[in-house]
This record gives sequence, structure tokens and C-alpha cells, in this order.
Amino acid sequence: MNKENIIDMKNIVKNFFIGTPNEVHIIKDIDLRVKKGEFVSIIGASGSGKSTLMNIIGALDRPTSGTYTLDGIPIEDMADNELSDVRNKKIGFVFQTFNLIPRNSALKNVELPMLYAGIDKKTRIDRAKYLLELVGIGDRIHFMPNELSGGQKQRVAIARALANDPSIILADEPTGALDSQTGHLVVDLFHKIHKQEGKTIVLITHNKELASETQRIITLRDGQIVNQKCNTAGFKRYQAGVDKHSVAESEVEEPILQSDEISTGFETGNDLETGNDFETEGENQCL
Amino acid sequence: MFIKENILLAIAGLKSNKMRSLLTMLGIIIGISSVIAIVSVGNSLTASFKTTMENFGASNIIIYVREKGAPSDGGGPPSFIGSGAATPSESDLLSDDQILAFEEHFADRIKTIGLVHNVGAAKVQDGHLYANVNVIGTNEGYKDTGNIKLTSGRYITEKDVKSSRKVVVVSSQLVSNLFAPNVDPIGKEIKAYGTDSIDTYMIVGVYKYEASSFGPAIASAKDTRTDFYIPVSVAKETSVNKNYQSLTVTSKIDVDTTKFTADIQTYMDKLYANNVKWEGSAMNMESTISTMTTFLNTISVGVAVIAAISLLVGGIGVMNIMLVSVTERTREIGTRKALGARSSYIKMQFIVEAVIICVIGGIIGVILGIILGAVGSAILKTAPSISVPIIIISVLFSMAIGIFFGYYPASKAANLDPIEALRYE
Repeated sequence: MNKENIIDMKNIVKNFFIGTPNEVHIIKDIDLRVKKGEFVSIIGASGSGKSTLMNIIGALDRPTSGTYTLDGIPIEDMADNELSDVRNKKIGFVFQTFNLIPRNSALKNVELPMLYAGIDKKTRIDRAKYLLELVGIGDRIHFMPNELSGGQKQRVAIARALANDPSIILADEPTGALDSQTGHLVVDLFHKIHKQEGKTIVLITHNKELASETQRIITLRDGQIVNQKCNTAGFKRYQAGVDKHSVAESEVEEPILQSDEISTGFETGNDLETGNDFETEGENQCL
Repeated sequence: MFIKENILLAIAGLKSNKMRSLLTMLGIIIGISSVIAIVSVGNSLTASFKTTMENFGASNIIIYVREKGAPSDGGGPPSFIGSGAATPSESDLLSDDQILAFEEHFADRIKTIGLVHNVGAAKVQDGHLYANVNVIGTNEGYKDTGNIKLTSGRYITEKDVKSSRKVVVVSSQLVSNLFAPNVDPIGKEIKAYGTDSIDTYMIVGVYKYEASSFGPAIASAKDTRTDFYIPVSVAKETSVNKNYQSLTVTSKIDVDTTKFTADIQTYMDKLYANNVKWEGSAMNMESTISTMTTFLNTISVGVAVIAAISLLVGGIGVMNIMLVSVTERTREIGTRKALGARSSYIKMQFIVEAVIICVIGGIIGVILGIILGAVGSAILKTAPSISVPIIIISVLFSMAIGIFFGYYPASKAANLDPIEALRYE
């Protein structure tokens, strides 16, 4: 292993108790490793355990059993306050519904994680401005969330996720509430962050098209990983497409991807879904 | 640092929901303003009452002869008495000898005895300059019992009384009426024109004249009738009655005036045991003041209870609105937790918000209360009195209400499960 694992999960199990004896096994013995700088997508249908796995990865929830080491720190048995600190410093959340704090300007929203981390005001503002510039809305830092469009809100949310320079960006259906064109612009932004900032990104989605543009695609079904597939080719194709367009000039009208490239992505996803090309141990070769 | 951010956030939140914020604060505003208003009116009433009473001499014991069977209500100053139909005969009143005997009997507790013999209204005139006066014969003890504050010269002395010297202590008002500002009035002779006599007196002292807030309305300060103190022996020269209907006793320091008053009453009862129509009565101002104060305190307690109920209702209103706010902002709370806010921070955020609502309500209440108090004082024609400790206590108390009633909603917010909160629609 030449690259360290940011996420290292072993035998993760999550059960819910809906009154004995009805124990529901949501996550069944998952092993998952994500390397530093990797751009991974987790796909699966509703009820596949995606959200639960995301909550565990995001330190919002604790596994029933198993070990989870995030950036070298075992966090499976941490107390609530410690988990808060892990979320604050190690994880940058991007939600489907943006979840910006209303009545707080874009700048204040990006400042918030840094405020919780106890960073002084000047540093906060400087970094928040830099990040908002990075996501392409440096001209709207004092706008309130209700004055921003969906795509702009998600950009603020991404800037906010980057605030404390986290180990991973955890994006839960980040394009789910956006039209496809705006959604592509947001995905482009994730690729830009991945490339420029070297961020590890975990994208949770049921959109195979989005997944087809990531480096590795993990398919979840009934609480288990049924397929892990390196997607180097698709990823590179996407990158080649992205590089033609600057993300900063994001208000372009034309779709960034050509239709044939998208369909290729779809095929890749379909292959994964069938489980024909099962290569769980192939993850190390993805980068 | 967090607190400052929270305060700014809370204020922004209140601004965005002005009507709701105001309605939430209403209970606090009413509670605090009624406390402030009542306390300031009560204080100004008490203060003005006390000033008046102290001018009469609050620690004095007044002994007066009154008709038997008259209502024993603690009475008032002697000048209010005797306006009834009956007039006591000379033998019913207290003679110089009786007073001397009385003084000897209580020598260990009496500091001075003030004697008053009213002569009546007169006018002091010097050419076109004049001053209205009320001629009163007094002894040296009246300086204490009458609470006379000299600005220059001296008061009537025992010697003046004994040798019936034609000297006078006049008011600062009279001096300003009759003399130029740079003239020293001490030693000057002035003529007092009574109803059927003209007397010349030498000024030996000047006292500071203070208009009584309970006094009758007068046309101008120049025409004010001020007291003109002459030796009691001089006053009695022209009078048929030589004896006294009342006298005022100042007790020595550390004497229990209430007990002393009772003892004097016993003494007077003995003295008048054989008198069928008249009796000697003793009273002191302290009991009158304490009656008044008790009355005001009772009102204050009543208002405090109303205010407390209002504040309780207001506090519950704040709690209610905070619970609504927590529910409305469930997703925000979830987001904040996902971004790394500890539960304690979420709790503090909501407590600060509740405290801000209550403190702003409290401040509005204080301002409103001061205005109401000023209006109330104006209606009662007393000087408004603003009690700074009460204002500080009010603001602190509204803060406490915020913490108390904000705690439960804040805990509810802090204990939300971030996953559930993020999923909340």
C-alpha cells in the first residue's frame, strides 16, 4: 500500500431494534477502504443501506459492531462530543437539500464549521472568502440562502464542507434536488475539488450516471457490498471532458459531457449492477 | 466568542419575525413595566410623605389636650386638632408648672420640649416692602422639635423667653422680601402689623424656608405666609390663655419612642383622670409613617404578585415559542450537529435566544415602566423616583426567566438525534 487509507471499515454491522425480537439488519458485515485522494461513489437502490452506511461513514451514527478507523483514528466507540469534533474536523457534508442555515449569509454559512472549531474571526472570514471564490460564487458572499439559486446553494454547501480542510467530503445525493444541467455543474465542481485540492470524496447516489464519473464504484444491496469496480477509464474520460471547460466559468449553457460519454458511463454502471464483473480485491489498483 | 455569535444570530432571528417576537415578549414587558411603574410611584409617594413628616419632626412625640371620646386614630399634627366646636378652658390645658413637672418626671428620656403659642397672622412692612407672616411664640426647644434649619444667626434662647426679649427668627423668604441681597438682616429691627397691634422685633436668626409639598397652593413665593418665631413669653403677653394645648417632645437618642409615647400616655391619663371633658393624648409621627409605609408596602406586594403572575405567563409564552422554534428548526439543528456543533453549543444557542427575547422584553418593560411611573407621579404631583437597583434587578430577573424557560426547549434541541433531525421535513 503506497497510499494510506482514509476510511478503513472492518466487519461493520448495523442493526436496528424495532422491539424484540424484530431486529433488522441494515448493514451486514461491510468491509470498506477508501484511500486518500480517492473519488468513490456508493450506489444502491432505496433500502440498500446506503443512508445508514453514509451515517456511519459520516460519524453521525455508531456501528452495532465492527471497527471504523477514519484518518487513522478509531471512532466506532467514541462519545457524542468526540464524534461532533470528528464531524467538525474530518468530514465535510454535502446534502441533497443543501441544508444551509437560513438567515445566515453565504459567508456565515461557510464560517460556521470554523466557528465550531474555534478558529479566530479573521482566519474564518479569509478562508470562507477563498472557498467561496473557489466554488465560483465569490461575488455573492453576502447573499442569504433564499437569495441564491439551487446550484449556488449547493456551491455554498460545498465551500462549507471544505471549511475545516476535512479528510473526506461526504456527499449525499448532491445533485438530487437540482435539474440535470445544474447537477452536472455541481459534479464538475466536485471533480475540480478532487483535482485541485486533492480531496477524498465519497459520493452517495442512486444515479448511475454520476457514479460512472468517479474512480471507483461501490454497489450496495441489502446491506452488503455486492460489487466494487474500478472505473479508471470512465473517470479519465470524464476528466478529459471536464478539462475542456473551466469549472469557474460554470454558467455555461451547453452540457459538459457529450451524450456518448454519458451512455458509456451508464453501461459501466449496468455492468456493475449485474455483478458479473465482481472484483472486490481490485480496489488497490484503482489509483 | 460563541455567545457573541449567538447573540447576533438571535437578534437577526427576532428581527425576521417581529410580530411574533413582540407578542412573545408581551408578558415580560407587562410584568417588568408594572413592577418598575409601581415601585417608582410608590417610592416617590413614600419619599414625599417622609419629607413632609420629617419637616414636622418624625421622631417627635406630640402631646395634646383633646376632648374625651374623640376618635383615637393616632391623630395628626396638633394644628389639625381643636378645630371642633368645643374650646378648652384655661384649667383644662397644660400649665407651665405641669410641663415643668412632666419634664422632671421624664428627665432621663426627654432631650427638649418644644412649646408653641400661636398668635396669628401679621404683616411685616417697611415702606413698600412687605412679607406675610404667621406669628408663633416658641421656646428654645422648638428648634429641635420644629426641625428648624438656621442659615444664619441663632434661635430663640431660654434667656430670650425668660426676659421676654422682643427678638425674632424669620424665614429666608422674609429676608429676600425685605432686604437687599447684600444686607445682613441679623440685628435689624422690623415692624410686625397684627390685627390690633404693631410690634417691633429684632432679627436674631434666619431659617431656611422650604415650601411644603402638602401646603396650600399660593399665588407667588413673595406672598407666602412664613412662620415668624418669637419667644413664647412675648407671645403670651397679649394673650388671655397662658397655658398650652399641645407640646412637642424630642426624646434622647436610643430611647424607644413607641414605649416612651405609651409611658407619656399613662402619665397624661393620670393627670387628666379627674377631668370629665378633656384628656391628654400622646402620639408620635413614626407610627403614622409606618402605617403609611405598611399601606404602600401592601399595595406593592399586591402589584408584585400580579407582576410575578405576568412574568410566569410571559415565561411560559417564551418557552412555548422556543419549543415551536426548535421544531421549526429541526433540520437546522441537524445540520449544525453534522457540521460539528456539540450538544452543549446547540443548547447554549437556544438558551441565549430565550435570554435575548426576555432581556429585550425586560428592557422595553423598564422603559415603559419608567414612562408609566413618571406619568403616575405627575398625576399624583410627586417627584418621580427611579430606582436603579430595581431596574438592574428587573433586567437580571428577565435574564433568569430566559434561562429558566429556555432551558427545556434548548435541551430538547440539544438532544435531537442528528440523523432524525436531518431527515425531518
